Amino acid sequence: MAYVAVKGGERAIDNAHAWLAADRRGDPAVPDLGLAQIREQLGRAIDRVMAEGSLYDRDLAALAIKQSQGDLIEAAFLLRAYRTTLPRFAHSEPVDTAAMAVRRRVSAVFKDLPGGQVLGPTYDYTHRLLDFTLAAGTAPPAPATAPATGAPMQRVNDFLRHEGLIEPDAPADATPGDITRQPLTFPAPRDVRLQALARGDEGFLLGLGYSTQRGYGGNHPFAGEIRVGEVTVEIEPAELGFAIDIGEITLTECQMVNQFKGSKTQPPQFTRGYGLAFGHAERKTMSMALVDRAMRAEELGEDVTAPAQNVEFVLYHSDNIEGTGFVEHLKLPHYVDFQSELETIRRMRAEADAGKEAAE
Amino acid sequence: MSTMEGYNFAYLDEQTKRMIRRALLKAVAIPGHQIPFGSREMPLPYGWGTGGIQVTAAVLGPQDVLKVIDQGADDTTNAVSIRRFFARTAGVATTTDTEAASVIQTRHRIPEKPLREDQIIVYQVPQPEPLSRLEPSRAETRRMHALAEYGLMHVKLYEDITRFGHVAISYDYPVMVNGRHLMAPSPIPAFDNPKMHHMAALQLFGAGREKRLYAIPPYTSVVSLDFDDHPFRTTRAPHACGLCGATDSYLDEVVTDDQGGRLYVCSDTDHCETRREAGHTGSESPLQEAAQ
Amino acid sequence: MSEPTLLSASGLTLRFGAIPALLDVDADLWPGEILAIVGESGSGKTTLLNVLSGKMAPQSGQVMYRDPAGAMQDVHTMPAPALRALHRSDWGFVHQNPRENLRMAVSAGGNVGERLMAQGSRHYGHIRAAAIDWLEQVEIDAARVDDLPRTFSGGMLQRLQIARTLVTHPRLVFMDEPTGGLDVSVQARLLDLIRSLVRRLGIAVVLVTHDLAVARLLADRIMVMQRGEVVEAGLTDQVLDDPRHPYTQLLVSSVLQA
Repeated sequence: MAYVAVKGGERAIDNAHAWLAADRRGDPAVPDLGLAQIREQLGRAIDRVMAEGSLYDRDLAALAIKQSQGDLIEAAFLLRAYRTTLPRFAHSEPVDTAAMAVRRRVSAVFKDLPGGQVLGPTYDYTHRLLDFTLAAGTAPPAPATAPATGAPMQRVNDFLRHEGLIEPDAPADATPGDITRQPLTFPAPRDVRLQALARGDEGFLLGLGYSTQRGYGGNHPFAGEIRVGEVTVEIEPAELGFAIDIGEITLTECQMVNQFKGSKTQPPQFTRGYGLAFGHAERKTMSMALVDRAMRAEELGEDVTAPAQNVEFVLYHSDNIEGTGFVEHLKLPHYVDFQSELETIRRMRAEADAGKEAAE
Repeated sequence: MSTMEGYNFAYLDEQTKRMIRRALLKAVAIPGHQIPFGSREMPLPYGWGTGGIQVTAAVLGPQDVLKVIDQGADDTTNAVSIRRFFARTAGVATTTDTEAASVIQTRHRIPEKPLREDQIIVYQVPQPEPLSRLEPSRAETRRMHALAEYGLMHVKLYEDITRFGHVAISYDYPVMVNGRHLMAPSPIPAFDNPKMHHMAALQLFGAGREKRLYAIPPYTSVVSLDFDDHPFRTTRAPHACGLCGATDSYLDEVVTDDQGGRLYVCSDTDHCETRREAGHTGSESPLQEAAQ
Repeated sequence: MSEPTLLSASGLTLRFGAIPALLDVDADLWPGEILAIVGESGSGKTTLLNVLSGKMAPQSGQVMYRDPAGAMQDVHTMPAPALRALHRSDWGFVHQNPRENLRMAVSAGGNVGERLMAQGSRHYGHIRAAAIDWLEQVEIDAARVDDLPRTFSGGMLQRLQIARTLVTHPRLVFMDEPTGGLDVSVQARLLDLIRSLVRRLGIAVVLVTHDLAVARLLADRIMVMQRGEVVEAGLTDQVLDDPRHPYTQLLVSSVLQA
C-alpha cells in the first residue's frame, strides 16, 4: 500500500498536551512555582491579565499565568473563557475614583495641587540597570511610611471644571452597554468604546496612542492626572434597596486634557480623553485616554483621517483574544482551499500557455 | 481538564442558547441575511470554530448524533478537538458516518453524499461579510445589503474576467440567496457551491469572532454569481481518487516524494471509506498524468 | 416654458450655526436644460447642489423631482433605497475631482460598466461593448478599456467619470466644477465634449461653477448666488450681458475672483 490516510488525531492531541505539561513544568529539579509567588511578585503581569481578561481575581490570574507559561495573552484568554460561564448576580454601582485610597497620583498640568503630587511605587525614576542584588534574593529595605490623612483626594479635572475650562462629564444615568453580551454596532457610543479599550491589548493601544503623538490624529494632550489606588465596589441588591460594600479593587485612572478651539456650538475649552483599567496600569490607561480622545474626532467636528480616529478600525482590532485567534488560525489546515487555488492557477497557466502557442 | 463537571449541557448556559436560537430563527426567516448576536467567549480560540460551536451547542439535543469535519475529514486535529469538546460537554453520540449524523459541523467542505431533511449542517465562518474585501467598513456593507446594492461584487467578477478570462475566485465564492441577499458560503471550495442550492437540510452559519449568524432554510435557491456569457463552473483536480477510484468527488493532493510525485484522494474521508467498503478501488500508486 | 419642470425646489433654507448657507432659495429645471449656479466660494452654490441632489437635507423647503413615470417625488422624504436608485440610474453626479467618483483600482471598462451592473446587467460581453462605446464617445482610445485609471491624465479621468455617469442614460446630471483644476486647453476640449454630449442626449444639467466663461459656454439659464441667496436669475446671455444686481455686475467685471 503506497499511501495510508493520516489517522490518529486524537492520540496526537493527547501526546501534545502531555508534552506541553512537561514543557511547562521545566526542569523538575527547580522548585514548582507557587500561585502566591506569582500573585505577589509578578503583580504587573497579574494586572494586565485581569484587565485584558476582564476579570478581577488575582488568584485566578496567577493560575492562568502559570498555566500559560507566562504567555499573558493566553492567560487573559483563559480568564475570559472562564468568565463567560459565570452566573451574574448583580452589577456594581459606578465606582467613585474621587474617593480612591490613592497610592500614587501625579499631575503634569499643575506644579502643586490639593493632596499633592504622590510618586508612589513607580519605575519612572529608576535607572534601568539590572539589579543583581535581586538575583541574589536580598530582602529590600522597608519603605518610608506616613499616617493616612483620610481626606479624599479631589480629581484634577474637578479643579478645571469650576472655571468651566473643561467639558463637563456626560450625564451618567443611562445603563451602559455590555460588549460581552451585545455585538458591536456602529456608530458605537462612548461607553461601549471605553469598555472595548479597557479590555483592549496594551501593545495595540500603546502603538495607536503613540501614533496620535506623532501626527496621526494628534490632539495636543496633557496628562491632567494619573492616579492609582483602591476603590470600594458596591452593589445594590434588589431586595435590600440600598448599596452594600462587597470589597475593594485596585484601579488606575488617567485623565488626559486636550486642546480644543471650540466649534459652532461649543465655546473654546479643554476636552478630555479617559483611561481606566484594573490594577496598576499606567501605560495602558494613558494610551487608552489618547485613543479615546482621538475617537471623539467626529463628535468634536475634527477631520477623521488617522487610524486612531477610525472607531471601527480601533474597536475591531483592539481585542487581542480575537486577534490572536484569527491570526493563529492560519495554522489550521487550509488544504482544501489551497487545492482549489492550485487548480485555478494551473488552469490559468495552461490557458496562458495555450494562448502563447496559438500566437506562435 | 479531563472532565467538564460544573458546566451546562453543551457548555453554554440555557439563556445564551435561547439567545442564539432566537437569532437563528430570525436568520432562517431572512435567508442569507447576517444577524448580529452576542457571541460568547468560548474555551477555543476565535477563528477556530467558535461560531460553529455556539450554533451547534444551541441546536444540539441529547438524542443528536454529531459529526465534525474539517477539510472534509473527521480525523483532522481541529475536528477531533471540537468533536471531543461536545462528547465531553454534551455527552452526545458522535459519528464519522455522514448518513448516521443528525448534526454535522463543518469547516471548509460539504459532504459528498446529499444531505436529508432531518439533518442540519453547521458551517464555521471566519468572515461572514462577502463584501469585506471590497469595502472594509461594516457600517457601509450593512447599508449595501439593506439596499441590495451588489453592483460592486459584479465589478470584481468583471475585473477577473477582463484580467484572467474567467472568475478567479476558487473558494468562498459569493452566492445570492433566495434572490435577495449576497452571502459568503464560508471558505468551501467553489466545487461545493452547487450542493447548497435547494439543499434538503437546514444550513446554519456561525461566525464567532465577527459575532454574526446566518442561515439557509431547506430548499432555498442559492445561486453562485456569474455572467450570462461566463457562467459559473466548478473545478476539481482532473483525476480519480487513488484509493476509491471516484471521479466526481473533491480531491486532496498529497505530495508523495520530492520528484513531483502526487497522489489524489477524496477530501471527504467518510465518502471514500464507504466506497472502499463497497468494493471500489483506486490505483493506490502515485499518478503521473499531471506531469505529462 | 409651459412644459412641466423636471426638478422644482422651493423655499430651501439651511444654516450652519449662525451662517446661512441657503436662504429661501427657489429653483426650477426643465428637461434637457442646463442651469448654471454661479458665485464665489462660500456663496452657497455647492450646498444648493447637495440639497437639490438629496445629499444634504434642508432645514425647510422642498425639492420635487418628476420621475420617468411622470409622478412628482419629494427628494427629501422618499425612502433611502429609492433615492439611491435614482442616483445610480436616472441621475448622475460629476465631481470636480474624478478620483472621488472613480474606482482607481478598477479598469476603465469596469468603472464605466459598474452602473450597468448595479442596474442588473449580467452579460459580460454587452457590458464591455457598452464600456468601449462610451470610452469612444468621450474620446478615450478603446484600447485603454482594460487599463487602470491611475495611468490616465487629469483630463482623461474627468472624461472617464463622465462616461461612467452617462452610461445609464440619466435624465439629470449634477456637475460640481467639472472643469476645475484642469489646464485651460484641456478645459476647452472638455467643455466642448460636455456641451455636445448633453445636447445630443437631451440631458438636463445643474452645473455649479465659479467660472462665468464656463457658464456662458454651457448654460441656458443662470442663477447668481451670494451669501446663500439668489440675487439674480435669468437667461445666461441676458444676465451676463446686462447684469442688474451690483454683485452680478462685480462678478461680470471680473473684480471678484473665486
